[in-house]
Amino acid sequence: MKRALAKITGEICKKFGNDPTRMMDIAMAVQERFGCVSPEAMDEIARAVNSHRVEVESLVTFYGFLSVKPQGKVVIRLCRDIIDWMKGYESVADAMSRELGVSMGETTPDGAITLTHAPCIGMSDQAPAALVNEVVVTHLTPERGRQLVRDLRRHLDPQQLVTMVGDGNNDHPLVRSMVRNNIRMRGPVHFADFEPGSGLRRALTLKPMDVIREIKESRLRGRGGAGFPAGLKWEMAANAPGGKRYVICNADEGEPGTFKDRVLLTECTGQLLEGMAIAGYAVGSDTGIIYLRGEYRYLLPYLESVIEERLRRGFLGRDILGKKGFRFDVRVQMGAGAYICGEETALISSCEGLPGVPKNRPPFPPQQGYLGCPTIVNNVETLCCVSRILLEGAAWFASMGSPRTTGTKVLSICGDCRKPGVYEVPFGISARELIEMSEAENTGTMLIGGPCRQMIGSERFGGRICYDDLATGGAILIFNRARNKLEIAEHYLDFFIEESCGHCTPCRVGLILLKKAVHKVIEGAGEPSDLAEMRDLSNFIIRMSRCGLGQAAPNPVLGALEIFGDLSAGFVAERKPGLLPEFDLSKAVIDAEMRVGRQSKIV
Amino acid sequence: MKTVTFTIDGKIVRADKGQTILKAAEAAGIYIPRLCACKDLVPHGSCRVCSVRVNGRIQASCVQTAAEGAIVESETDELREYRRNIIDMLFVEGNHFCMFCEKSGFCELQALAYRFGITAPKYRLLYPKRDIDLSHPEVYLDHNRCILCGRCVRASQDLDRKNVFQFVERGCRKRLQVNGEALSDTDLRAADQAVSACPVGALMRKRVGYAVPVGRRPYDEVPIGRDIEKKGEE
Repeated sequence: MKRALAKITGEICKKFGNDPTRMMDIAMAVQERFGCVSPEAMDEIARAVNSHRVEVESLVTFYGFLSVKPQGKVVIRLCRDIIDWMKGYESVADAMSRELGVSMGETTPDGAITLTHAPCIGMSDQAPAALVNEVVVTHLTPERGRQLVRDLRRHLDPQQLVTMVGDGNNDHPLVRSMVRNNIRMRGPVHFADFEPGSGLRRALTLKPMDVIREIKESRLRGRGGAGFPAGLKWEMAANAPGGKRYVICNADEGEPGTFKDRVLLTECTGQLLEGMAIAGYAVGSDTGIIYLRGEYRYLLPYLESVIEERLRRGFLGRDILGKKGFRFDVRVQMGAGAYICGEETALISSCEGLPGVPKNRPPFPPQQGYLGCPTIVNNVETLCCVSRILLEGAAWFASMGSPRTTGTKVLSICGDCRKPGVYEVPFGISARELIEMSEAENTGTMLIGGPCRQMIGSERFGGRICYDDLATGGAILIFNRARNKLEIAEHYLDFFIEESCGHCTPCRVGLILLKKAVHKVIEGAGEPSDLAEMRDLSNFIIRMSRCGLGQAAPNPVLGALEIFGDLSAGFVAERKPGLLPEFDLSKAVIDAEMRVGRQSKIV
Repeated sequence: MKTVTFTIDGKIVRADKGQTILKAAEAAGIYIPRLCACKDLVPHGSCRVCSVRVNGRIQASCVQTAAEGAIVESETDELREYRRNIIDMLFVEGNHFCMFCEKSGFCELQALAYRFGITAPKYRLLYPKRDIDLSHPEVYLDHNRCILCGRCVRASQDLDRKNVFQFVERGCRKRLQVNGEALSDTDLRAADQAVSACPVGALMRKRVGYAVPVGRRPYDEVPIGRDIEKKGEE
């Protein structure tokens, strides 16, 4: 057994050229073969790629989908985002756990099935959902959960769970997924017809610097949420000293409640790859990488087939569309369950075979990114926009949207609404219009841009979706008036605590202290000073954290505090001197009472 | 070599092009408190104690290079409070018992706490359950005192050329790990720079505790950073 492990692990490493920068792929392949990356396997990998075991361990323990301990042949990851929670996560989890006879996080005694949970898997429009290995199952109910377990026990083949396939390319033989696109509104940039090669052909009639000028004139800003001007980023990379350059597509949308890139990756794959090739031409790069989040692994075979097809048709590879000397190839790098990898420098670390820890800046990626080379990292939607801009022109694109935020935005709307799904809308649309479009009723709170952006109450529903007002990477979560805002904030604090890389102190420790303060208030033990502490801690974490995760994580708390007003009365009160309000004496002595077998007299 | 000129709290400071604000300040006799930054090691940017405001934005001065004309603020009420918060957080995150720690008087975390006038942490202690690795004949590793500054990681890689340490896990579960099951599996030696790089009592040589009497230890009389400030007064 041990020799077999050494041999097969060695072969896997060899397949990736014994290259330590491909450690992600190596670790994932080993896990797929053996169900985990055991200490012995880590030793073998370290030997083969000339690294150290602790470096391999550092990688394996960082990612949610990799495991040092053996896991079942089938791993069920039930999505535990707040949207799934609202749609019945708990009863589904309970039903599946009972049917399997194991609790959350455990594997059945025969080693067949592991039941665990995952943060948002990008299916909030069809929640509750789960990943069964890489197969997505949606719209779960307790009964369906039980049936799923019974079926799996019989065949242990997740693919057989798919009896109904979704619409569009979800029906493609290489996808065969029950995921539905739920495209509710088709706009002109992403969901109009796109003739393959048309944007690229136009780009190749221009000089690279004129392509960059076109993007600058369109005033296209990054669609991932930060809104950095794409043309400026390209220009920096094109002008940076260095030979090799890289174009990376950030397909790691992990913001809870967002799923629009899932739909673009399924339906606009060609347009995306075309945007990457145009970017490669503009900045002088011959290599593109799509960093695909592990949750979307089910799209990998399809994605690779589209890359193959475009190679055949001359849209990728050597001398693209007959342009001598212009070469551009694309590979897909799989992620393995880490929200932080959506941050561009963490994403680069991950592509380099490292834990997804953000890098110190400066230098910025366009100066020194992947493997130290100038690198542009653009979101899926941004690159899709690029193809359309080259085809239709910068002026056409800039004529849509609001004055300072041009074009359209693809939104994923979910939560307490009748029509969750994907909407391509012009920038400048108001939050209230989104509520109406998605047929939400009795809306109390919205998370615009997901938990990393802002929580707004009804007084701001007139606000507009654009970078100057309500900025969003695409996630729109709707909550009705019955939902407790502080509980939403606490839920997402748990999420950020789980997903923090742990590198810097303010984020690693500060978030835990903040969560304790929020929890105390939710439990009804809050004092007025707790609200002040929550505010102070939030501001401290936002200002002092190293990367965007910590700088955004307290936003739901600040948002909840701002619209807290009417709630605060029941939760917060001046306390009389004495014991700490959050200290429950009777709870604290239970253990002792059990041991001595009688009730305590002090309680 | 080209130089740039900028100001720290109004004082004019000259720096070599590409030099970090922290190093330029140090050369000018201005002490910016720090923990994960250490001479001869590449900056880590993790503890955030050395944060300053650069043209209004908070940046870690150990990684931020000095730019021509930059206005750097360091000793402001806000930054003093934020640095103090970090020291407090590092205390409550681990299990630090200064009164019987062999590192007392040599410990940079403790010395910073003294400098900031901290007598007790303002946050509730988290009391994590952590291990002690006593397997090595010459050195022990007490995770209770580890502040995840990564100085041993970098010193082992870059100065000792060994790679004994690395971080594993993420978020609040992040911890220091050794290259093997335990410290005795590694090629660490007591004389390694990785051991002396530890600012706290996490990596300690065995059998040499309490060698210097209380009162004569480095930080008993002189606060941390005084050596740098003295240079500025000369």
